[in-house]
Amino acid sequence: MSSRLIAASDDPIRPKDSAVISISVDGETVTGLAGQTIAGVLLASGRPSWRRTSGDGSPRGVFCGIGVCFDCIVTVNGDRDVRACQRRAADGDQIRSQHDALPNAGVPR
Amino acid sequence: MVVIGAGVVGAACARSLTLAGLTVVVVERGAAASGTTASGEGNLLVSDKGPGDELRLAQYCAALWPGIAEATASELGPGFPSIEYDPKGGLVVATTDAGAVPLLEFAAAQRGAGVDARPIEVGQALQLEPELNPGITAAVHYPQDAQVQPVAAAEAFLAVARRRGAKVRTGTTVTGALRGSDGALVGVRTDRGDVHCGTVVLAAGPWSAAVAAVLGVLLPVRPRRGVVLVTTRMPHRIFHKVYDADYVGAVESSDADLQTSSVVESTAAGTVLIGSSRQQIGFDDRLRVEVIEELAAKAIRLFPFLAGASIMRTYGGFRPYMADHLPVIGADHRLPGLFHATGHEGAGIGLSVGTAELITAMITGAPSPIDASAFSTDRAGLRGLLGDGLLGDAMPVNS
Amino acid sequence: MTAQSPRVLVVGAGPAGLAAAAAAVGAGAQVTLLDAADQLGGQYWRHLPEARPSVKEAVLHHGWQHFVSLRKGLEGDRRCEIVTSAQVWAIEQHDDRVAVQVLIGPPDGRDRARRSIVPDALVLATGAHDRTLPFPGWQLPGVYSGGAAQALAKGERVAVGQRVVVAGAGPFLLPVAASLAQTGATVLGVFEASRLRRLAGGWLPRPWRLLGAGKKLGELAGYAKRQVWQRIPYRTGFGVIAAHGGDRVEAVTVARLDANWSPIPGTERRIAVDAVCVSHGFTPRLELAVAAGCALDADGFVEVDAAGMTSAPGVYAAGEITAIGGADAALAQGAVAGHCAAGGLPGDRTIAAAVRARATYSEFAARLDKAHGITPGWVDWLQDQTLICRCEEVTNAQLRGAAELTSSAGLRSLKLNTRAGLGICQGRMCGRSVHEILTRCSEGPLVNAATDRRPIASPVRMGELAAAFHQRETEHQERNSSS
Repeated sequence: MSSRLIAASDDPIRPKDSAVISISVDGETVTGLAGQTIAGVLLASGRPSWRRTSGDGSPRGVFCGIGVCFDCIVTVNGDRDVRACQRRAADGDQIRSQHDALPNAGVPR
Repeated sequence: MVVIGAGVVGAACARSLTLAGLTVVVVERGAAASGTTASGEGNLLVSDKGPGDELRLAQYCAALWPGIAEATASELGPGFPSIEYDPKGGLVVATTDAGAVPLLEFAAAQRGAGVDARPIEVGQALQLEPELNPGITAAVHYPQDAQVQPVAAAEAFLAVARRRGAKVRTGTTVTGALRGSDGALVGVRTDRGDVHCGTVVLAAGPWSAAVAAVLGVLLPVRPRRGVVLVTTRMPHRIFHKVYDADYVGAVESSDADLQTSSVVESTAAGTVLIGSSRQQIGFDDRLRVEVIEELAAKAIRLFPFLAGASIMRTYGGFRPYMADHLPVIGADHRLPGLFHATGHEGAGIGLSVGTAELITAMITGAPSPIDASAFSTDRAGLRGLLGDGLLGDAMPVNS
Repeated sequence: MTAQSPRVLVVGAGPAGLAAAAAAVGAGAQVTLLDAADQLGGQYWRHLPEARPSVKEAVLHHGWQHFVSLRKGLEGDRRCEIVTSAQVWAIEQHDDRVAVQVLIGPPDGRDRARRSIVPDALVLATGAHDRTLPFPGWQLPGVYSGGAAQALAKGERVAVGQRVVVAGAGPFLLPVAASLAQTGATVLGVFEASRLRRLAGGWLPRPWRLLGAGKKLGELAGYAKRQVWQRIPYRTGFGVIAAHGGDRVEAVTVARLDANWSPIPGTERRIAVDAVCVSHGFTPRLELAVAAGCALDADGFVEVDAAGMTSAPGVYAAGEITAIGGADAALAQGAVAGHCAAGGLPGDRTIAAAVRARATYSEFAARLDKAHGITPGWVDWLQDQTLICRCEEVTNAQLRGAAELTSSAGLRSLKLNTRAGLGICQGRMCGRSVHEILTRCSEGPLVNAATDRRPIASPVRMGELAAAFHQRETEHQERNSSS
């Protein structure tokens, strides 16, 4: 666990207190602060990655951090492909990590 | 011989001609497979064609594709990009009460012409496509419909031709005709030098009209714009080529205004392709949001879950449109040495392989695999559209 | 608003867009300012959200007071409408104007409000994002772009790691290292790819020409001071050439680079890290400019004239999409473009200072490129299995193999055959790298190399598109039934 939230007490810019929110990530409850992005909440909880790629299933998390690379996409309340680094977390959000397998054989003909 | 155009039709011609032992130079203004071919969905359809000459050509092609796909893959090896030939079958559905009877009648007529067109109950359709709107009013399953990745197919055909000595000159523009003393075409002038040959096959899709004019003949092929939407990758939920029966009406229509009808299918990459629109606006390729919105709305009518899918890309292209809805395949009766292979509108990917076989048979004098007289330049449907003979004297360039 | 006041639409609320909006209002226009984020400031002035305000935000920023005053001026002005969370997803070209299509709501939402704006003049100030060259292991979690580290530090107060290496090229590495240090991380080193001689060649000649760029020099000196203070090793002529780890980065290999950025064998050194931040420069965010029909220059930036106008009628551009020159250049360009978009002239006295500043900072962009611009030796640190396209997981070997087997010079064909650049980021991350790799293994120039053409500028839900169609149908029926 190396990514983390800077403790407000140590922070030279002195963020004011904000409300605690809680979201569900693949069924697990994760708490964060109002105003954090989903990526911010996940990274602050020590998660370095959440998506798995379609090709070799390798893990991905935040890469560009500004909404350009789409590596960090998650499903939010049923909506797929939401950039976690862009969407603010809302209390009660249901987050599911994405692992979209490529189409395979054995489909109805 | 010279093939003008390295799209899928030109590439298929180069492949067939070299397999027949002929020497081929392909001349392409841009890059290989960069025009209409790069903008297509890769439809190999019999389902959208009523009884007649085009259907016979499509059936001939449907029979050719599995063998060609296999031979091409085994010749080029596993390192070569797959052409992704997939005989996934088509599912055509009616979404209105009024549309049900015409669809079933159309399928019955196709069965009379030898098409495997199976009317199925809505429940059976939902077994084939579980996400389909259960409110559909009729469905016909077409097991003979298939799909390829058109750019890979064109590149594969060119690679096969190159292995047999063909030269592919991209970035080369045809600027004039080389004529013999008898007036026959004996080569082409390009911006990179002259190319001498016995025969010229013009396979420049919607740009064939402009190239034909450079060579000295009028060819009434016109661009008809089409737009395809591409979703982001998603779990595999669409298994066939699924389209709304009103697609057939749009294909057969000659209306210049925007027409859309829904064609939906998955790709091997996990994206979903959504077509299709038809609009005659010349070579105007500017984005029009209304077209995209209409395509999305109609696709959701087939697959309601798509409302939550994201469109990440759209691309447009120009189909080579003929007023009588038939391709032009064969010798130009006005200019000896010139053959045409264009005008397939939205069916050129599927019809490319059969077109190439017909052209090759005509050039080598082999028996034609199917009757191709309906595709000739002197057919009744083109009467009055070809001008009177050759264009002005200034055009031809003596060799 | 009078009937005569032109309607100016500004897209992007970073330094360039804010300055453009302020200047356009000042010149008498009715302005609409859009940004995809839910706060103003862009990446440069990214800050904590309203839900969690900071008492001393200025500590993290240069020119924070300038931002605050720009924001306050625009928010308090009735002639300026500010729309945040506004994603421009497409621009339609019509014969003499453009129609800008906007979705307003949460990023990647489902039922965002639609708006179509046809302004008298459009100012594009969409900025740039980091360009990170591919290297083995760059897809591992814990490898970030420099911009990500900055954004997470400034916008979230999240530290990406405890033991961090910063690498790449350009002065931007310094603020990245500084803000990492301010999160409490140990910055093990800043590795600048360009060698000292080249840096000197770019930055030292004719230094008097930079005298006017005092703020820029001060900004860089400020970073340097902090860097010395923090005792962060700064090495030139070095690069991170591989990242290692299983499910996340655990170490990087750093090597000495030659003048061409090609790694020198035998100089590799492994450093244990839990995060690495890599940026080799910036890529302009061009999709809207391309959609609007703006011509690009030879370096791939939007071409503008003295008024900031592009080749597209009524479309202006400012900031990093016209050149990578930093925030001060962007402010100056924005002021000129906004003023002229509102009907003013580049010679007007009200913007004389901005015109002078723009000239001064344009020098900066050229020097930046001379000192830090990407050189082709980087491809030598690629291995066969190195991912080039992160989205579609296309490797270097696959890309080169397709190019060799098809002998095709068509970039579009190669992309369709390998899927490089066809994933959800639409080639934003790999586009230019793919182009450079393929150029090296093809005989001539690539044809149809339209890397920055993305007609759909941001993914849009089909339901949102369909809603627009149904609304139009309903209106059509109502019109018919009432007539």
